[in-house]
Amino acid sequence: MTVHNLYIFDRNGSCLFYNEWNRKKQAGISKDEEFKLMYGMLFSIRSFVSKMSPQDMKDGFLSFQTSKYRLHYYETASGLKFVMNTDLSVSNARDTLQHIYSNLYVDLVVKNPLVPSGQPLDSDLFGTRLDSFIRSLPYYSPRAA
Amino acid sequence: MSRQSNRTTDSKKMNSELFTLTYGALVTQLCKDYENDEEVNKQLDKMGYNIGVRLIEDFLARSSIGRCQDFRETADIIAKVAFKTYLGITPSVTNWSPGGDEFSLILENNPLADFVELPDNHSTLIYSNLLCGVLRGALEMVQMAVDVKFAQDSLRGDNVTEIRMKFIKRIEENLPAGEE
Repeated sequence: MTVHNLYIFDRNGSCLFYNEWNRKKQAGISKDEEFKLMYGMLFSIRSFVSKMSPQDMKDGFLSFQTSKYRLHYYETASGLKFVMNTDLSVSNARDTLQHIYSNLYVDLVVKNPLVPSGQPLDSDLFGTRLDSFIRSLPYYSPRAA
Repeated sequence: MSRQSNRTTDSKKMNSELFTLTYGALVTQLCKDYENDEEVNKQLDKMGYNIGVRLIEDFLARSSIGRCQDFRETADIIAKVAFKTYLGITPSVTNWSPGGDEFSLILENNPLADFVELPDNHSTLIYSNLLCGVLRGALEMVQMAVDVKFAQDSLRGDNVTEIRMKFIKRIEENLPAGEE
């Protein structure tokens, strides 16, 4: 049971925020390249999913899993993208991501007029609040990982 | 959803007069700062736009509404949810163009202009032009380019206040440049 890391992308694909908690293996490329790679993949999955779906979709792409981790995806109507990697025991993190958007991001970032939009977040308050929120999650437990 | 209901109950209702008077003070100051009404209208629209691009996030977070399927749904949500949430009024949606890409919001009373009477030397001032900017900015953030303007204004002697909205195009989302 654990949370690996979290990305927030804006509608133009720039990574606004990244933090990691229990990530044992690094990508071996620069963070900037990793963000681009991640966003490119998400963008492709989104269009893949919408083209392949045999029915009209409401929410579109929600998550994928591999043998070792699960990637949870939440996109707002305004195009903000919240991406969280956890281990496989976390089946649904939608409420968590929604909470991060509506209670942390909107309150501490959007409502702070001094935070410029479209640039990486430089807010300690957001960082610490998010960190304590993630650490308080029932499935955040690094030792068990 | 429980999260949502919590939010609406604890969001404090503010006395709308404070808002109305603050807005009045803003317009007054702009009229002092700029020579002509055209420029004031432009500044109000610009400020509204900047508010709108942020307000949309608050709105989406609060209402948990997803993407709209068509412009009619958009119109409905603006009138019944957004105006209700932020201004406490529900304008009526009328005058659809045959193509369904234009409609009007009719405001019975305009909360921004509760205590206002336009003097003769400000006949071209669009007093509540901030609203147009807010609508435009907010919709732009959900990929809709929309033209918004006051078609009628009771402050300027019309019977009702009418905001005309025209859908221009869908803003496509693109991969950022320099990426394969």
